[in-house]
Amino acid sequence: MKKKGFKAWLYLLPAVIFLGAFMFYPLIDVFVYSFEEGYNSASQTSFGVGGYNFSYVLHDPYFMQALQNTFLLVIITVPLSTGFALLISLGLNSIKPLRNLFQTIYFLPYVTNTLAVGLVFMILFKKTAYTDGLVNAFISIFGGGSVDFIDGPYWAKMFVLCLYTVWIVLPFKVLILTSALASVNEMYYKAARIDGTSKFRMFTKITLPMISPMIFYLVITGFIGAFKAYSDSVALFGTDLNAAGMNTIVGYIYDMLYGDSGGYPSYASAAAIILFVIVLTITVINLMISRKKVHY
Amino acid sequence: MKIRLENLTKKFPNRSKKGGADVVAVDNFSFEIPDGKLIGLLGPSGCGKSTALNLISGLESPTSGRIFFDDEDVTDIEPENRGIGLVFQNYALYPHLTVLRNITFPLENLKGDKKLTKERMKEKAYEAARLVQIEELMDRKPSELSGGQQQRVAIARALVKRPRVLLLDEPLSNLDARLRLQTREEIRRIQRETGITTIFVTHDQEEAMSISDLIVVMKSGKIQQIDKPQNVYDDPKNLFVAKFLGTPAINVFVGSVKHGRIFIGDDPVMPIKGIENRAIYAGIRPEGFIPSENGSLKCLLKGVEVMGRDTIILSKHYAQEGDVIHSIVDSEDAMQLDAVNTAIDHKLNLVLDPVHRDVDNHGEIRFSIRPRKIFIFDSETEERIYPNGDQPVTG
Repeated sequence: MKKKGFKAWLYLLPAVIFLGAFMFYPLIDVFVYSFEEGYNSASQTSFGVGGYNFSYVLHDPYFMQALQNTFLLVIITVPLSTGFALLISLGLNSIKPLRNLFQTIYFLPYVTNTLAVGLVFMILFKKTAYTDGLVNAFISIFGGGSVDFIDGPYWAKMFVLCLYTVWIVLPFKVLILTSALASVNEMYYKAARIDGTSKFRMFTKITLPMISPMIFYLVITGFIGAFKAYSDSVALFGTDLNAAGMNTIVGYIYDMLYGDSGGYPSYASAAAIILFVIVLTITVINLMISRKKVHY
Repeated sequence: MKIRLENLTKKFPNRSKKGGADVVAVDNFSFEIPDGKLIGLLGPSGCGKSTALNLISGLESPTSGRIFFDDEDVTDIEPENRGIGLVFQNYALYPHLTVLRNITFPLENLKGDKKLTKERMKEKAYEAARLVQIEELMDRKPSELSGGQQQRVAIARALVKRPRVLLLDEPLSNLDARLRLQTREEIRRIQRETGITTIFVTHDQEEAMSISDLIVVMKSGKIQQIDKPQNVYDDPKNLFVAKFLGTPAINVFVGSVKHGRIFIGDDPVMPIKGIENRAIYAGIRPEGFIPSENGSLKCLLKGVEVMGRDTIILSKHYAQEGDVIHSIVDSEDAMQLDAVNTAIDHKLNLVLDPVHRDVDNHGEIRFSIRPRKIFIFDSETEERIYPNGDQPVTG
C-alpha cells in the first residue's frame, strides 16, 4: 500500500510542482502582501501589518470608478450576451440551408484578435478632426446629433464598451448553446406536438429546462469573465484608463503595479483580494440559485 | 374508432449525393382497422412500419392518400387535434418533470373552454395512473424509475386525454425478456379495459401473434398480409410471410410440381390437384413432419434436441434452403424411432468420447408431411400457389 501511495505522488509531482509554484504560492503571497503596509518589492520590506491597504483602496476614487464600471459591465453584458446567444442559436438551429456558413460567421469574432477588433470599433465610433466616425454618420442620417463615443460622455463610452464586450463573448456562447440545443432529443418535441403544446410552451417547458445546465455554465463563466475584464477597455480607450474614467478592477490592479502611478504592490494585492471576494460571493450565489432552477 | 387508410403513400427524397429514386417508406396502403381492436404492425426493421404509425399520428404527412378516423378525413389535421395518444419507443418522458407533471403535461396544453382546473388535471392523471398501476410513483422523476415503470408512465400520459386511437411504437423493445411478457399482457389488458382502438408496431412476430386481434405484415413499404394471427400463420399469402412468422421458422425447400405431385428434390412428398408442371418453393412448418418408416421425404438425421413434451429433430435434405431442417415431434412418438434413440445415445456418448465429437451423422430419417402444414410458392414471385387455382376460404 505504501509503495502505491508513493507512486501516486510521483505521478502527481509535475502538476503539483507547477500548480504550487505558479498558482498556490502567488495566491498566498498576494494575500500576505495585501496586509503588509507599504511593502517595497525592491527592498522586500514593509512598515507593518494591518488593514490600511484595503482602507486606502476602498477610499480611492479611481478604484470606486473601476468598481462601478466593472459592475455595470457585468450586469449589462452577461444577460445581454447570453440572451442574444440563445436567440442566435435558436435561429441557427431552426434553419437548414447555409447553417454551416452562418455558424462560421458567428464564430469569427472568437478567433479575431481583441486589439484588432478594438481598432475596428475605433473606426466605427471614434471622432477625429476629419471624420465623426461611421456610426455618427449613420446617426446624422436619421437627424441625430453626433456623439463622441470614445472621448465623450460616460454613457456613450459605457455603451461602446458593453457593445464590444457582448460582441467578443457572443461566439463562444453561441457555440455552446447551438450544440446544447442540437443535443436535445427530437423525440421530446414530437411528444409535445402530439400533446398540442404551443411553440412558446415547448421553449419554456422543454427546451429551456433541457439546456439549463449549459445556460448556467455560461452565466457563471460569463460573470467571472466580465469581472476580470481589462483588455477590452484598453483596446477601446487606450492605456490611461483612469483619465478616461473607464478603468476596470483588473485595470486598477495593473495600474497599481506597473502604470504611471504604479509601484504599489500592496494596494494592488488588496484590490486583487477584493475582486476575489466579489467573484467568490457572486459565484456562490449563482450556485445556490442554480440548485433550485437547474434541472438534473 | 374505425381507422381507414386509402392509398396511403409516403416517399422520402433520396439523400445520397448521386441522386437516385425516392425512398418509398409506405407504398399504397389501403386497409381498414375495425373499432376497438388491437392491431400489430409487423415487419423487419426498415420496412416502413414506424413511418406508417407516424402518418396515422400526423407527425408526418403523406405524399399521397387519405386517412380517415371513422368518416372524418384527418389527413390534413394537426396531430394534437386528431385525438391520438402516442407512446414512443424510448418513452420520451420529460426528464425534468415528475411522473405527475409528465402525465398532466398534455392536459396543461388545453385552451379555451376545454381548460381544466389543477384539481381536475390531477384527478384525471390519477385516473390514468390507476389504469396502469403507477399511483405510488407520482412524485418520482423518470430517472428514478425502471424501464417497465417508465413504459407505464408513457402509456398513462398517452391515455390521459382519452384518445380515440392509441399508437405504440415498439412498446416492448426496451424491456428485458421477462418484463416483456408481463408488459404485453398489460397492454392487452389496458386496451380491453379502455376499448380504445390501438395500433402497435413491432418487429417481433411472437409479440404480434400473442396479443393482436389483427396482424398487418409489412415488407419494404408494402402490405403483405392482413389477417388474424392464427390465419397469418396457417395461411400465409407469400413466402416472406411464411418465413417471418413462427419459431422455429418454416423450412423452405426448392421443389417442383410434376404430374400432379409436389416434389422436393427427387422425393415425391404429396399429391396436388390442378397445378401444371412448374418450379416451386415448398415451405413446411416444423410441426408438419411425421417421422415414419416409409415416409417420402428422405433426410439425414443430424441431431436431436429433447425439449420435454416435444422433441426437435434436426436433419438435412439436399434441396433445402438454410442450415438445417427443424421438425417438432411429440417426444413419445420420437422415442419410437430407432434412429432418434441412436442419436440420443450418441449425444450422451459424445460427452464421454470427445474424439468423435464432430460425428453428427446418424443415418437416414424419413418423414411424411401433414397436408395442411405444407405451402407452395411460385419460385419467381414467391407468391403462394393454391391447389385447383382457387383461394381457400379463410377465417
